[in-house]
Amino acid sequence: MNPQLVEITHGRTNPGIDPVLHAWGWEVPVYLFLGGLVAGVMVLLAALELKRRAKATTPAGQAMPFVAIGLISLGMGALFLDLAHKVHVYRFYLSFEATSPMSWGAWILMIVYPVLLLQGLGGLSDGARGWLRAKVGGLGTLLDRVQAFADAKRRPILWTSMAVGAGLGVYTGLLLGTLSARLLWNSAVMGPLFLASGVSTGAALLLCVKLDHEAHHTLVRWDTLAIGVELALLAVLLLGLVTGGSAQQVAADTLLGGRYTPYFWSLVVVGGLAVPLVLNVVEMRRGLRPTLLTPALVLIGGFALRTLVVAAGQYTSFGLMP
Amino acid sequence: MSKTSRRYAMVMDTKKCVGCNACVLACKAENNVPEGFCRDWIVEEVRGTFPKLQAEIRSERCNHCGDPPCVDACPTGASHIAEGGVVLVTHDKCTGCKACIASCPYDARFVHPEGYVDKCTFCLHRVQKGQLPACVTVCPTRSLHFGDLNDPDSDVSRLLATRKWKVQHPEAGTDPHVFFLV
Repeated sequence: MNPQLVEITHGRTNPGIDPVLHAWGWEVPVYLFLGGLVAGVMVLLAALELKRRAKATTPAGQAMPFVAIGLISLGMGALFLDLAHKVHVYRFYLSFEATSPMSWGAWILMIVYPVLLLQGLGGLSDGARGWLRAKVGGLGTLLDRVQAFADAKRRPILWTSMAVGAGLGVYTGLLLGTLSARLLWNSAVMGPLFLASGVSTGAALLLCVKLDHEAHHTLVRWDTLAIGVELALLAVLLLGLVTGGSAQQVAADTLLGGRYTPYFWSLVVVGGLAVPLVLNVVEMRRGLRPTLLTPALVLIGGFALRTLVVAAGQYTSFGLMP
Repeated sequence: MSKTSRRYAMVMDTKKCVGCNACVLACKAENNVPEGFCRDWIVEEVRGTFPKLQAEIRSERCNHCGDPPCVDACPTGASHIAEGGVVLVTHDKCTGCKACIASCPYDARFVHPEGYVDKCTFCLHRVQKGQLPACVTVCPTRSLHFGDLNDPDSDVSRLLATRKWKVQHPEAGTDPHVFFLV
């Protein structure tokens, strides 16, 4: 019997749309990665201090909130580069659109800055405060007042940092998850998946800098937990796609036998999650000396996850359905 | 019937369309669509098992959905529902973030070279003057029809009441308002 023929000749050749949607290039995965990373750093630094009831003791640990401000600024820079109408960037802050995750994200980012600043200033040692006081010149009085506020409200600021960090991490996933036209993205799992990935990449970044032994040990445990949760959420995502209707099948095919399969399984699942998970467990059980290999793999895997999800999602449209 | 209760729609007769592209060219001329881009386009689809093949030619465009995901996704309110349910983009509010493009199941939007997102407007500027959209006026086989769905005597209401029709990707749940007679 002859096979069923389906031949479609399309007269539309709009740049960026045809033959495959390419609305978002490298800028958006970079932003999603850095946004998730900063979300993870916010959650972990706050949780670490709340758990231990003690501030970070090493200079690197104290500097991380300020490093996070730099990283989120880089991410926003990438997002700015992605805008096709850059002079209208201010429009994000002239309205709030409740149904648009991007609008939520724009406003969350405006909260991230002061929260990270307060978290960072309140966590500085006396020596670092003196150094900073000398650097700011005429703004010293203002710095003193902000620092006094950051000290007085330390615990509420830490709790706020955890909440805002979680919001930032979830939003980076929901930004994609609410766009139902892209079949791979259309899943509620995207929000928690990107948050878990943000926490594991945030932990990886913190494990790259010099922290005290106890903080390092706690972070390895939390990193392991986050990787485990991320693997479970990826399994839920794939199960949902495989057991879904024809739209979900199209999406599943990209990761299970389609064009993005080798990259997804090698860079994300095995290299970015499974191997670091095993290395973390071995490090904890055997008390081995930590190396930069595990954090590096997690960071590469986290970036690969965003890159692949953004690319594969744009590829999976209703037009691919039989 | 009051102006606000209108619901504009387009009906496209796939039995009459010959794929001449007159609608595409009329749209380009009327709306100054830049070279290399189009707001409407022709799709030719052949399905079946040889020798029992069936061909369909369609003139497609933005579906001006009743539940438009592009409007929900827009972070600045640039994408909005205007008079008669027509989905429009306010150029001055658009940042070119492309969330609306990613949200559209029909890939009906594109980034205009000037930076804002562009798409079919149902030629609302003409409709407000009592004229038909440019694509409808030039169709040599009269396969395109435009009108008010809330008016039972309109062309579009009568055609949809008497002919078999379909919409694109009903599974997307967007309540599209471009109908295809089959």
